[in-house]
Amino acid sequence: MILLECKELTKKYGNRTALSNINLQIESGHIIGLLGPNGSGKTTLIKLINGLLEPDSGTVCINGKPVGVESKSVISYLPDHTYLNGSMRVRDIMDFFDDFYEDFDSMRAYDMLAKLQINPNHKLKTLSKGTQEKVQLILVMSRRARLYILDEPIAGVDPAARDYILGTILSNYEETASILISTHLISDIENILDEVIFIQNGMLRTHASVDDLRQKEHKSIDTIFREVFKC
Amino acid sequence: MSWNLDSDRPIFIQIIEKIQMDIISGLYHPGDKLPSVRDLAQEASVNPNTMQKALSELERTRLVYSLRTSGRFITEDTAMIEHLKSELAKEIIAQFLSNMQKLGIQKEEAISLISEISKGDCHDTVRM
Repeated sequence: MILLECKELTKKYGNRTALSNINLQIESGHIIGLLGPNGSGKTTLIKLINGLLEPDSGTVCINGKPVGVESKSVISYLPDHTYLNGSMRVRDIMDFFDDFYEDFDSMRAYDMLAKLQINPNHKLKTLSKGTQEKVQLILVMSRRARLYILDEPIAGVDPAARDYILGTILSNYEETASILISTHLISDIENILDEVIFIQNGMLRTHASVDDLRQKEHKSIDTIFREVFKC
Repeated sequence: MSWNLDSDRPIFIQIIEKIQMDIISGLYHPGDKLPSVRDLAQEASVNPNTMQKALSELERTRLVYSLRTSGRFITEDTAMIEHLKSELAKEIIAQFLSNMQKLGIQKEEAISLISEISKGDCHDTVRM
């Protein structure tokens, strides 16, 4: 079943083309890596899917419907910058999410907080940068969404917590949901991916199964990336 | 992370090899029930779809069979397991001989080295 479909999607900033004619289909039940060098258009694509930007042309459909209130209710989005109020306590932010999203599972969230030894009574801004990122990721992964879109989810997180987070993503994985992860830490996540999407200069370069690519190239996705995008 | 998978080869193939090895080495006995796809995927830190693909392939080769409601089991065909074991042993030996060849050591010399080492005559090498 097709969860996300982009058709001839183009986005320009002034006269600079950020995304050009993207055609993309994502089925449910998959974990997909969105990979590309800095400035290749990953975040622009993610913002279009989330309705935070309007395309210049082309369409985005989630579950067969255009981007809107309904699509936002089934997408759980981790942006590359935080939007949470740092003076709120972690506990209050949990309540905030619980009020805001029908599909928020606060049991799951508190369980993850405990596993990562984060005290819910602390104010967000008193936590380290990495811990703040963990809190935000916990919030996003505790929703029972159809599509999770994670923009650089593990960049500031230590390797041990990274393993825990990837484990969490795997254990929460459901066949009806898909996860789109944009990251530069390819070697850390490539074993959990089904598919990769390579974007270069706003164009879709490859969309393929990870194991097929490995079989064809006899190389890791990380190595393929380094070769394709060699500076 | 205990599965030690390389990232330059397809994951599902490595999973197949790992489970074959677990069967040959006796970690799984004939007729044993395999853990669920989800549990195995979690243990190996891989995508459940990839685990599913590997198990389907093992089923296709009949090393594993599934009962619709109760899960997946290791074959009870011990002859098949023995056969797999000898195939794998042959593969490892062929690989070894080709590595020896790269060192410029011919078959006969390699074989006599093996018997020397396995008798414990060649302590230095053993210690290594």
